[in-house]
Amino acid sequence: MDCEHICTIIHVYFDHELSAASDAKFKLHLEHCSDCVADLDACDLVRDSLQRSHIYAHAPALLQRNIRADLRSFAPTTAWSQPLWWYWLAAVAALLFVTILLGRVGHGLRGDDYQAELAGEIVDAHVRSLQPGPLTGIASDDGRIVKGWLDAKLKFAIAVRNFANEGFALQGGRLDVMEGRSVAVLVYERNGHPINVFIWRTREPDTSPRAGSRQGFQWVDWRKGKIEFCAVSDADLVDLEKLHQLISSSA
Amino acid sequence: MNDLDAENRLRFEQLVLPHVDAAFNLARWLLRSRADAEDVAQEALLRACRFFRGFQGGDVRAWLLQIVRNTCYSWLDKNRPRELMVEFHEELHPQPAATPESMAIADEGRERLTRALETLPPRHRAVLVLRELEGCSYKEIAAITSIPIGTVMSSLSRARRQLHSALVNPGCKELLRGL
Repeated sequence: MDCEHICTIIHVYFDHELSAASDAKFKLHLEHCSDCVADLDACDLVRDSLQRSHIYAHAPALLQRNIRADLRSFAPTTAWSQPLWWYWLAAVAALLFVTILLGRVGHGLRGDDYQAELAGEIVDAHVRSLQPGPLTGIASDDGRIVKGWLDAKLKFAIAVRNFANEGFALQGGRLDVMEGRSVAVLVYERNGHPINVFIWRTREPDTSPRAGSRQGFQWVDWRKGKIEFCAVSDADLVDLEKLHQLISSSA
Repeated sequence: MNDLDAENRLRFEQLVLPHVDAAFNLARWLLRSRADAEDVAQEALLRACRFFRGFQGGDVRAWLLQIVRNTCYSWLDKNRPRELMVEFHEELHPQPAATPESMAIADEGRERLTRALETLPPRHRAVLVLRELEGCSYKEIAAITSIPIGTVMSSLSRARRQLHSALVNPGCKELLRGL
């Protein structure tokens, strides 16, 4: 055993970190080694000095406050593995969704008995906008890819086209839930304004487009071939009308 | 996006915030400055908050102190790189300034002790502070400082001997006993 090693053992003994067997052995050694006893005294002096001198640095109250302030500034969000783009898209879509539903109530497009169900949807959409879970979505400007992705998840098929040449650039697609049913959402962009087109299956007869606005958002709703479409945006109503024509003629 | 949701934030507050004192104390002794320790401890807590999702349970104090220690070392490396060199060469042995008179004042004893502790090489200082002021086990110290347990033992042994020899200058022993 070298000297350094023996010196170290004294400290391990002092810290009660020796195994029981080694500890007992070292105690026997201490009985006839005054050097080790002196070293233990030294350990004791150091510990005693450090602990009794009150040099432990407690965190200042200001630091405690700053840390709590930092914590509060952390936004309450859930784990997010999707691109940030989808986060905002979800928030905007949920907002638009609520807006359109409120718009419908306001415009009396549906019967009063529809409102209880509608309230549930509004709450759902609201909750989704506050706590966006991992969104199911696909970001692509290729209509076939978006269609393929949506078709695999929906019980109905829809046509998906990129109307970039006409000024409506396809951004992607997403799934949402409305009235307990899966709803497809196509996302276009028109001069920097996102347009969400909600698409779901319906049993109602075809209609010509109905338009409305609510809180600065425009919507155009139409049914064709047992599919209902509702385009929502802060873009100009004329643009939504144009998009309706493009979608209707391509289906 | 590593922000905490409400539930994890509450958990963080309950588990981690009780150890802010320990975080500050370690930072203060590693950086040898209260002002710098405030900044670095706050930064370390923010980092802990970001990493909290990855915390799998277990010894939360050791987990936090490891982050504090790493944050301190990054800070030293950036702001006072020469200090970390001492760790490897151990050239600068503690040389507490002689204070010949007025030894009876406890504040002065504390001053001397502070200076003695601050002149220890960073690794020895960290190990000693964790053991004597924080009461950490060897295993915890090894985890916090990322050094093998055998090195923890030898560092602690050297740190105590260095501090002791700095403290037992004439008149000092009595002073320390009288603290």
